Amino acid sequence: MSAPAPRTRTVVAALLRKELHVELRTWESVPAMTLFSVTAYVLFHFGLQQDSLGGPLASGVLWVTLLFASILAVNRLFVADDEQGGFDAFLLSPADRGALLLGKALSLLAYLVAFELVAVPAFGLLLLRTSLGAALPGLLAPLALGDLGVAAIGTLVGALAVRTRARDLIGPLLSLPLLVPVVICAARATAPLFMSPAGGLPLRWMLTLGLYDLVFAVIAFALFDFLVED
Amino acid sequence: MADSMTSTPPRAPAPPAASATGRRRGLYGRNLRALSLVTAALVTLTLLGVFFWAPNDAYLGFLQKIFYVHVPLAIVTLCGFIAGGVMAIAHLRTRDPRWDMRSYVAIHISLVFGVAVLITGSIWAKGAWGHWWVWDEPTLVSFLLIMLLYATYQPMRFAIEDPERQARAASVFAITAGVFVPINFAIVRLSTAYVHPRTLDNISGNLPGRMQVVFWLALLSVTLLWVTLWRYEMASKHATAQLRRLRRLLAGDESEAPPRRSAAPSVTTSPGGVG
Amino acid sequence: MPPLPLHTAGPYVAAAYIVFLALILLYVAIMAGKLSRVEREVDELTELAQRLHDEREEP
Repeated sequence: MSAPAPRTRTVVAALLRKELHVELRTWESVPAMTLFSVTAYVLFHFGLQQDSLGGPLASGVLWVTLLFASILAVNRLFVADDEQGGFDAFLLSPADRGALLLGKALSLLAYLVAFELVAVPAFGLLLLRTSLGAALPGLLAPLALGDLGVAAIGTLVGALAVRTRARDLIGPLLSLPLLVPVVICAARATAPLFMSPAGGLPLRWMLTLGLYDLVFAVIAFALFDFLVED
Repeated sequence: MADSMTSTPPRAPAPPAASATGRRRGLYGRNLRALSLVTAALVTLTLLGVFFWAPNDAYLGFLQKIFYVHVPLAIVTLCGFIAGGVMAIAHLRTRDPRWDMRSYVAIHISLVFGVAVLITGSIWAKGAWGHWWVWDEPTLVSFLLIMLLYATYQPMRFAIEDPERQARAASVFAITAGVFVPINFAIVRLSTAYVHPRTLDNISGNLPGRMQVVFWLALLSVTLLWVTLWRYEMASKHATAQLRRLRRLLAGDESEAPPRRSAAPSVTTSPGGVG
Repeated sequence: MPPLPLHTAGPYVAAAYIVFLALILLYVAIMAGKLSRVEREVDELTELAQRLHDEREEP
């Protein structure tokens, strides 16, 4: 196929491979997020003065911790590109800019999934009163939807914040309010799973979360170009 | 809080030099006096209506009068933020810096109104529930969240030095936040309704005759107030920018205006201003 | 919730409307500051223009 511009799918795949390659080499984001979440659980144990949590409290602690840990990755997402001319290199290439958004968002998603593989079981071990194994099947959907939301909003905000002088401050300050609805929906969705006897997954919160993800994915896609051009 | 006295990040662009004949003089100050008078009259009429014409609510008593100022302020603030987002869309599509200025002022004024919403809402909460803050009120909670978001608007602008990039980033922010406003409102309301019955909105939803009239009057007054203040601030920024241009024309590019009371970095101007 | 009597509710309502009034007056004050600054600059620039005009008139 001798098309003048590379196909978006190829570009995205190449970008994703590059991001994961860099992450595997430098271990910037995922270990930090994992360590942060486990430390947070310890903090919550002491702060709340509880040995174990159930129901809405457990749900809330889990999601707030996941959220704060994600901010770490969002902050680092575009830093290397900004500091080492990655933006310019990408702009000079004939690739579609949407591919950069997609590539970065997918890599952020990958980091989130990776660290949650440790963080969620750790939560089950350290703080959860009920059995994590029983809740796990129900947890997968909210986790997936929550991760998608963080990926969409995080990539947009990361690109916005990286060019500012106070990028470490602007990033969290912008993402956290935008991610509150994700916490609202996800925490409400998973709260019944952590109760004994465990309840079912409420559909309305999942639906709302899904819609929220969709809206902001579209917004991110529409606006990303304006952030990257120079 | 956003202080409009400091050097503002977006420069009010001079109208394009090429179309000097097409430029209207006093772009934003036109009809400003008439607008202000109409607004003043409406606000006065509203206050008269609230205190002398609308009956006391049987259920809530005199305290209900706060609604006539709190709810219109809330509605206008939210619309103002959305308007700022729409203006930002215009800016990204046309690349005309004037739209960026309009968006900035819209958001700025809505921020100030938003603070008033939180304060009046808090006063209502104290009067009705005895606490200065309640989580039951979805309006208050949404507003807290929205204000936390928009509070980063100005610091973010100040943190980007290149004026064009700053304007573009600000527009992206304004659009994202503008979309966030209604969605957040809906979600918070959904989450609160789940646990607590809706209070404020239940009341302001079905208003009998006279109260309805006064409410709509109040809404109209606050809307006009927003528009009036917006025009004032646009006129002021425009005039300041023209003065800067005039100074450059008279005294050369090196001449600097007297330093303003601000720690914020001033955007260096280029010859000819932003076209 | 029974309606609060006037003497209890009164101060709250008054406070809320005073906040509204304060907002407007605050804006008036800010605009006053801007206006005086603009006036000062206009004076300066008029002086400057006058000077340039005089220089041009000199033989």
